[in-house]
Amino acid sequence: MEEDQDQLISRRRYRKMVVIAAASVSAVAVVPLVIMSGITYHQYQEIIRAELTRPMQRFVSAGKLSMESFLSERLSALAMATRENSFEELRQAGKLASLLTNFNETFGGVIDLGVIDEEGTLVAYAGPERLQAVSYANDQWFREVIARGVYVSDVFLGYRNFPHSVIAVQHHAADGQPYVLRATIDTDAFHWLVRARTDRRPEQDPVCRRCHSLGLQPFSDAFILNRDGVLQSSSQLYGEPLQSNPLPELPPSSEPNLLEVVDVGGEEVIVCYAQIERSPFILVALSPRMALHAGWLPLRRDLLAFPAISIALILAVVFWGSIYVVSRLREADAKRAALYHKMEYTNKMAAIGRLGAGVAHEINNPLSIIIQNAGLLKDLITLHDGLPPREKMIQLVDSVLNASERCGGITHRLLGFARHMEVQWETINLDVLLREVLEFLGKEATYRNIQIEFKFPDLPPPIVSDRGQLQQVFLNIINNAFAAVADGGQIEIGIEQVGQAVAVTIADNGVGIPEEHLEHIFDPFFTTKKGAGTGLGLSITYGIVQKLGGQISVESKVGEGTCFTVILPIRRAHV
Amino acid sequence: MDPIRVLIVDDEAELVTALEERLNLRGFEASGVTTGAEALALLGDEPFDVVLLDLKMPGLGGLEVIRRIKEERPGLQVILLTGWGSEEDAKKGQALGAYDYLMKPVKISELVRVLLSACDRQEEGE
Repeated sequence: MEEDQDQLISRRRYRKMVVIAAASVSAVAVVPLVIMSGITYHQYQEIIRAELTRPMQRFVSAGKLSMESFLSERLSALAMATRENSFEELRQAGKLASLLTNFNETFGGVIDLGVIDEEGTLVAYAGPERLQAVSYANDQWFREVIARGVYVSDVFLGYRNFPHSVIAVQHHAADGQPYVLRATIDTDAFHWLVRARTDRRPEQDPVCRRCHSLGLQPFSDAFILNRDGVLQSSSQLYGEPLQSNPLPELPPSSEPNLLEVVDVGGEEVIVCYAQIERSPFILVALSPRMALHAGWLPLRRDLLAFPAISIALILAVVFWGSIYVVSRLREADAKRAALYHKMEYTNKMAAIGRLGAGVAHEINNPLSIIIQNAGLLKDLITLHDGLPPREKMIQLVDSVLNASERCGGITHRLLGFARHMEVQWETINLDVLLREVLEFLGKEATYRNIQIEFKFPDLPPPIVSDRGQLQQVFLNIINNAFAAVADGGQIEIGIEQVGQAVAVTIADNGVGIPEEHLEHIFDPFFTTKKGAGTGLGLSITYGIVQKLGGQISVESKVGEGTCFTVILPIRRAHV
Repeated sequence: MDPIRVLIVDDEAELVTALEERLNLRGFEASGVTTGAEALALLGDEPFDVVLLDLKMPGLGGLEVIRRIKEERPGLQVILLTGWGSEEDAKKGQALGAYDYLMKPVKISELVRVLLSACDRQEEGE
């Protein structure tokens, strides 16, 4: 039962060892790997993102320049026309028509031209419509161009139901009255600007051609919004101009700005945008976030798979290794325990042998008395006629009985000793136990005139321990003391309470132990008695004391003597 | 013929008296003491033919006693009594000049035979 519990505890102990070893080694191996993988993961994520967004940024900054120069070219052309021609010249229908032809030959995409006087009345027109004397006096754009001098309109469908934009400049006539030269431009040019992969090649426009080379990735989209967020050019994702308000409001920025937003369809998108100077336009390049993932996912799989497989391998190896090492340790422990048990057994046998010799020795004396007295009685009966006197017979029989009782006492002690070979916990008075042990050695002490002195200041507290094991311990130590002292030597046995333990000291004034032997004294098979000792006595003694939860130590000086101290717990030790 | 004078030395008094009487019954003139010191003192006063000496005694041990006997009276025969496991001491005693040694417990017939042979005499009746 107890053994089962011990085994259970030890199995738990080894399992704990496996867990601790595996956990600590794994932590040391896995933590740096996880950190490094995390850093790499993050860096790759940044790189992939940059790879995706850089073309968008390049596109927006180049597209912004292109659009600005597209608009300023046309505005400059209008301004030039007002400077080189007088208000009167422009009012002539032929002049305006030739200007229109001239513009379209230079950069194309100009649909019509109109001259508006200070009252807001269209005074001249060249273009596909037949517009005469239309008044723009109440139009927002007219008020703006009078106030600011230059105007670029949003894209609108207008009378012709075709997306176009109006640009206008104001000039002062010779009489100081302001007038406005207005051009309607085809915003198809914007498509070519922002949609590089369109089938319609804007070969005639050099600005568009320049822009054309700035490709975006196939999954990216590009389009133009006005300040209110209304689509101004057609978009792969959001359809035709003026149809929708695809993105939430973008914070104003004249430089390309990168932002993650959710579009009108609820999809996460990455946008890069910039405002076009002197116009209501915002150039936007956009990629769905999913597209970023599309490039990222396979790499991410690799980036995660490597540490995951590594960690799995490390854990497997560490666990296997820990289990292997601990099981080897357990085997070694088991072997050592087996060896210890064997040694203990050997020592026990040696102790029994020693005991046997002692008993035979002890029993010989009373046995001799019995034999000689009984022999004498027989002599008296057989060698004389008649019986010997009554008193003589009683004296001889008494002598035989006394000697027999002595024998009985010896065998009784031996039985007691043998019974205590079994492990059992009980309350023990150390002084009584030590006296019992000394009874076995008492004769030798008497023959050799060895003085044995007990030194107990008070009644020593009883302890809970194993009687048989303790007898073996003290028999071993006192035997050694006997071997060490010369005839007439001294052995002093002391018992003293030290906290929750009792210290038994056995000091002799014998030959002592050289210092170089002291540290090996408890090693198995260490002996100085050449050929006589097994070298196991003190190592077994050490083992027993440990098993009983105690400690054993030794001090010695050559020529002065040796002192063994055995410290034993008062309460039962759970070891 | 004069009886053989035997001195028995053993620390067990009851053994000494029993042996004394048994030897006297067999025609010896035996006396006994229980310590080595008494034995040496008595040997100085009285003549003995043979000493039956126990090896293990408190105080003066058997080996020391035989050493001193052989110093003072080399001709005196000494027979040792020894217990089991002390043959080595018995051999040492023989080296010091003991005639023989007997293992305890000893048979009276064996003791008589050795005592007689130690004194160069034939056993009576043989």
